[in-house]
Amino acid sequence: MSDAVLKVDDLRTHFRLRAGTLKAVDGLSFELQAGRVLCIVGESGSGKSVTAQSIMRLIMPPGRIVQGGITFRDQDLLALTEREMEDLRGNRIGMIFQDPMTSLNPVFTIGEQIVETIVAHTSLSGEDARARAVELMRLVGIPEPEGRLSDYPHQFSGGMRQRVLIAIAIACEPDILIADEPTTALDVTIQAQILRLLSDVQKKLGSAMILITHDLGVVSAMADEVLVMYSGRMVEYGDVKTIFRNPRHPYTQGLLDSIIKLDDSRESELRSISGLPPIPIDPPPGCAFRDRCVKAFDLCGEQDPPWVETGTGSTAVCHAVAAEEAAP
Amino acid sequence: MTDAPSLHGESLRQRSAAELRRENLHIMWRTLTLAWHAYAKDKAAVGALIFLVIVVLIAILAPWISPHDPTEAVGTRGGLPGTDGLVLGGDMDGRDMLSRLFWGGRVSLLIGVVPTVAATAIAVVLGLFAGYVGGWVDQVVMRVLDVFFAFPLVLLAIVIAGILDPGVATLILSITVALVPYISRLVRTTTVSVKQEPYIEAARAGGATTPTILARYVLPNMLAPVIVYSTTLIGLMMVVGSGLSFLGLGIQPPDADWGTMVSDGRAVLKKAPHATAFPGFVIVIVSLAFSFVGDGLRDALDPRARVR
Amino acid sequence: MTRFIVMRLLTIVPIMFGVSFFVFILAHLAPGDVTTTLTGPYATEETREQIRESLGLNEPLPVQYGKWLSHILQGEFGKSIANRRMVAELIFPKFANSAILALTSAAMAYVIGLFAGIFAASRPYGYFDRFTIAGTLMFGSIPPYWFGLLLVLLFSLTWRWLPATGMTKIVGGGGPIDVILHLILPTIAAGAAPAAIIARTVRATMLEILSQNYIKVARAKGIRRGVILRKHALRNALPPIATICGLQLGYLLGGVLFVEVIFAWPGIGYQLWQAIQARDIPTIQGASLIIAVAFVLVNLAVDVFNAYTDPKIRISEGVRSR
Ligand SMILES: Nc1ncnc2c1ncn2[C@@H]1O[C@H](COP(=O)(O)OP(=O)(O)OP(=O)(O)O)[C@@H](O)[C@H]1O
Ligand code: SF4
Ligand SMILES: [Mg+2]
Repeated sequence: MSDAVLKVDDLRTHFRLRAGTLKAVDGLSFELQAGRVLCIVGESGSGKSVTAQSIMRLIMPPGRIVQGGITFRDQDLLALTEREMEDLRGNRIGMIFQDPMTSLNPVFTIGEQIVETIVAHTSLSGEDARARAVELMRLVGIPEPEGRLSDYPHQFSGGMRQRVLIAIAIACEPDILIADEPTTALDVTIQAQILRLLSDVQKKLGSAMILITHDLGVVSAMADEVLVMYSGRMVEYGDVKTIFRNPRHPYTQGLLDSIIKLDDSRESELRSISGLPPIPIDPPPGCAFRDRCVKAFDLCGEQDPPWVETGTGSTAVCHAVAAEEAAP
Repeated sequence: MTDAPSLHGESLRQRSAAELRRENLHIMWRTLTLAWHAYAKDKAAVGALIFLVIVVLIAILAPWISPHDPTEAVGTRGGLPGTDGLVLGGDMDGRDMLSRLFWGGRVSLLIGVVPTVAATAIAVVLGLFAGYVGGWVDQVVMRVLDVFFAFPLVLLAIVIAGILDPGVATLILSITVALVPYISRLVRTTTVSVKQEPYIEAARAGGATTPTILARYVLPNMLAPVIVYSTTLIGLMMVVGSGLSFLGLGIQPPDADWGTMVSDGRAVLKKAPHATAFPGFVIVIVSLAFSFVGDGLRDALDPRARVR
Repeated sequence: MTRFIVMRLLTIVPIMFGVSFFVFILAHLAPGDVTTTLTGPYATEETREQIRESLGLNEPLPVQYGKWLSHILQGEFGKSIANRRMVAELIFPKFANSAILALTSAAMAYVIGLFAGIFAASRPYGYFDRFTIAGTLMFGSIPPYWFGLLLVLLFSLTWRWLPATGMTKIVGGGGPIDVILHLILPTIAAGAAPAAIIARTVRATMLEILSQNYIKVARAKGIRRGVILRKHALRNALPPIATICGLQLGYLLGGVLFVEVIFAWPGIGYQLWQAIQARDIPTIQGASLIIAVAFVLVNLAVDVFNAYTDPKIRISEGVRSR
């Protein structure tokens, strides 16, 4: 597919800790098409944030991208200098983080923090940049934006701060918007508003979006494609309708089963499969999910599961699926 | 029907109390072993600990292992290392430097360790009391401590020691007094933050008395940071204490600790620089060793640091 | 903001009362008869009686304290036992001399500490960082009296580059060049430990702040590395840095006693040491009081500075309240 804005190929991001090598992301591949929404889902610690930050090259020591390719349009992001990467961040790729309460610098005004991004990436300055900031604030639904330009973060509520952060992320009309659990830290009543806002601006700008979430309800409402992660590895990846209709990986099946049973999108968090995912510090070979998998068999403890293009249209990483596909 | 549940509840509570104690012991043991493993990984900290053990042993065994009487002239005045058969040379009066360093360690270590330990003990009681009782008691204690914070620590110790008659006891007393406010503040802050934890509320609701809560919950949670802090302070207090000795406020001639040895060396600074250099160097490395041990302890006792 | 400053000013009132009481009681803590402590061992019985009378030593302690305090407030610290001059006359010029040394040492400590700390934090665990960590450890636990002597040994006795002692009169002495030459070694000796402590604190603070979410956000905005360090991180690190810098200046103003003793620098610390040796209690009292006042005032200044730089406090009584 030639109109992919982002290609991630076998990404591996590891942290060297005293206890060993934590393979936070270990073999992840996907493509993001212009204007489409990819949701990444997975339990806490499955490596979603590390994935997002790897794409932005925000990983700091002891973490390092040890292998893989990240291609934005035709640029190999991993080959860029830090300077070139800085020009891209916040400009062509915007990012929104999980916790709006701690994401704004407490000693600078809201206006300064929006203007800073505009000035960094455009030729606008002074009054023009400020006017653009006001326009952005209006766009993300902050009332009386002119008057609030000189307010400090502590004078804003959590929801309003997240709006400011969205305004910053879209300031330069990026090609890709990465939102890492943008609503987890917010009140339930505000969550829907923020998601709607995100969806609106994404459509308006025509950007592609990577939305990281715990919530399968959100996935079904917003995603075009979905990527399921488990303990740093990819589990299943494909079109959202295909996967929701016909999940192939035992983990995805378990997740979707649990929603159908509860049939309440609020309860559709990914905790319903019993047990906890292992922390991937020096993981042994084999499938990370095997201790919790209903379909596990000998091979699962011996070899890493293969990537399987399924007949139903998704990609699953699983021995059992491979066997099913091989069978006539 | 009316008795059964309460009886059952009674036995349940008793069993759980015994179990709890066993569990507590188990957790404590596990924490200690975990901490030790974490500590053992830090090579600098282990090295420093071994070094300190050796230094302490030398100080204790000084009467038996010193080659000479530390107060008697056995060589030429300010003899350089190697002359007169003295490995580290002689001091301004021709006394054996090595023997004086061995003996001096006794006092120098003492004035590092004793005030810190004493001040920690006092501060734990004071800080726990103020922090846990709160209210005006806390206010009064803190305001009084504020008065002490108005003096730089070293200066406070010097003034107190300077007013009293010089001697080792004076030194220990003055450093202890100067140190109590700092540790108390830490103890109090930790106590106040532990006090607000939900499990304290739960324990109180469960009928636990104040002493129980203090001993069982507050003290253990507070001890780790306090021990770390105090360990780091020992080295510093050795430097401070030796400083007071240097000023002549501590041990009196002919006995010496490392601080007075530095001071004595001044008289022959040009002719016999080793008489000043050696004792000072010993102060530096022993004090460094204490801070390495403190850092190791901090990493070992702080679970957040343990993963890395 | 004004409210904050007023409140903060009010807190030093009880502290100053406490400090003065502590200093007052020092005379009574000293072993032996108070009159001996206050007049020296060679005073006649007549003088003693006079002292008793004037201090009202037969009156209850609080009354004595009140009298003493009212004298102090009028700038009368009493008469020095050692050289029969008024204590105030003695200590104020000495304090000024200490202030000169304190300022040069603080300047050195600030420059070295800030640069080393910031650079070290900008590349954690790099070569410069390791070098800084080693340096801060070393100079943080080096006894100032020993370090001072080593400097004298090398620069004055061996190489004869710089004078060690002999600074008796700052004003009207050998002129500015002479003062500067005499300042170099004491400045290094006094500034080394504060430089190490400041470097360590700055490094730790910067590392802590660089790990905050808003720094990650700033990086995600595409702000340049250097700008993040200088603007976003440093601005937030300001309060702890100001606090440690103020604290160190406070210590230095107290006269780095050891350094003053070694270099015979005619400052308040040296004076205090001489007073201690002479058991000259009124001078000890005056010197400790002035040091404590300086220390408290510096810390007050830091608090006000920090309040001013914190938007939460600065606009707490702001016009807008949302
Ligand atoms: N800076 C870091 N240092 C060490 N380990 C890290 C660091 N950042 C992430 N990790 C580890 O990498 C793994 C993946 O973390 P990540 O934050 O990507 O999870 P996540 O899927 O985003 O979880 P959540 O839903 O809780 O946000 C975790 O085990 C985490 O502990
Ligand atoms: S590879 Fe094996 S253990 Fe892993 S999901 Fe497939 S069947 Fe289950
Ligand atoms: Mg995350």
